[in-house]
Amino acid sequence: MATTVQFDLVSPERRLASFPATEVQIPGAMGDLTAMEGHASTITSLRPGLLKVVGADGTKTYVVTGGFAEISPTGVSVLAEQAVPLDEMTPAALDALVADACEAAAVNPDKDAADKAVADLQAMRAAAAV
Amino acid sequence: MPSLKALKNRIGSVKNTRKITKAMQMVAAAKLRRAQEAAEAARPFAERMTAVMSALAAGVGTGEGAPKLLAGNGKDQVHLLVVMTSERGLCGGFNSSIVKLARARALELSGQGRTVKILTVGKKGREQLKRDWSQAFVGHVDLTEVKRVGYANAQGVAREAMAAFEAGEVDVVTIFYNRFQSVIAQIPTMKQVIPATFEAAGSTALYDYEPSEEAILADLLPRAVATQIFTALLENGASEQGARMSAMDNATRNAGDMINKLTIQYNRSRQAAITKELIEIISGAEAL
Repeated sequence: MATTVQFDLVSPERRLASFPATEVQIPGAMGDLTAMEGHASTITSLRPGLLKVVGADGTKTYVVTGGFAEISPTGVSVLAEQAVPLDEMTPAALDALVADACEAAAVNPDKDAADKAVADLQAMRAAAAV
Repeated sequence: MPSLKALKNRIGSVKNTRKITKAMQMVAAAKLRRAQEAAEAARPFAERMTAVMSALAAGVGTGEGAPKLLAGNGKDQVHLLVVMTSERGLCGGFNSSIVKLARARALELSGQGRTVKILTVGKKGREQLKRDWSQAFVGHVDLTEVKRVGYANAQGVAREAMAAFEAGEVDVVTIFYNRFQSVIAQIPTMKQVIPATFEAAGSTALYDYEPSEEAILADLLPRAVATQIFTALLENGASEQGARMSAMDNATRNAGDMINKLTIQYNRSRQAAITKELIEIISGAEAL
């Protein structure tokens, strides 16, 4: 029996999930990372991507668009700006997200950051389609 | 003395009013439950956010190089007051109490020679402030069409306030809302959101920051501001329904009292009319 960490996923509007997980794969701003029991305390911001949680009853995947994760040796809390379980996510909704980001990128003075957001979202769409 | 017919009509109309206020009270009670649930559900996020932000803010400090949203832009001249009120009336003193607080603050600030700008959320407050502060209005956020206040709405308000701050149009942003304490008690509250303030957390664990402390802080600050506004909007929503519920409860009770009074008056008048008729008959008979 693998040891577990307490996993919480909260969005501004509600708590989406809270259960013990063996590992949590987080799309960090600087690259993906996996948090397991005993991970060093870390706070990382998120890029748009897929959040995978391995729990007692299989792997759950969520689509997150940004926010941050707080990792401690005994728990992982992900505070996502928007989070949707992957099976509830439709291609149309994903397309809408990408379109929104493209729109924002067109007017954003910080071209690099905006382009990165679009690229991240497109990568996420590709990953989600698998 | 109104005629019997008039009294009867009056009783009928008050009865109808009572039915309406009773129904409004029930609706408000149902909505209050939902609003409270929403506020409850939003709490974990806001709490975590505050905890992390206060740890970050304590780490980075407010010295040189700290983000403007946190440290302020060094001035204290132009104040933006974000006044959050309801879109609908009939909720007792809910809107007036917020407006009263905002007005007092605006007077105080302009007395100190500061410039006051006002952003209204909810049309009831706008109507009340229009009389003496309409020249200070810089914008209005309309939530009439919004059934359930979402994070996106809060982000909209936050974006407007932050855009004004970044453009150098305002130096300090304060929000005004009613904090929900119970159905009968809502506390008008003002809270400064820009430069952001966070209550210090008790214990701050040591964290690694990825990418860097400053980058995370800069990334999170706008979100933290939006979260504070979101919390305020939700509290305000719950307060509004609570205020409406107790106002309508009072109205229903008043209508009941009024019906009783009018019914007594009606019965008395009817009795008086009958007595008068009898006297007339008797005196007529005696005269013969």
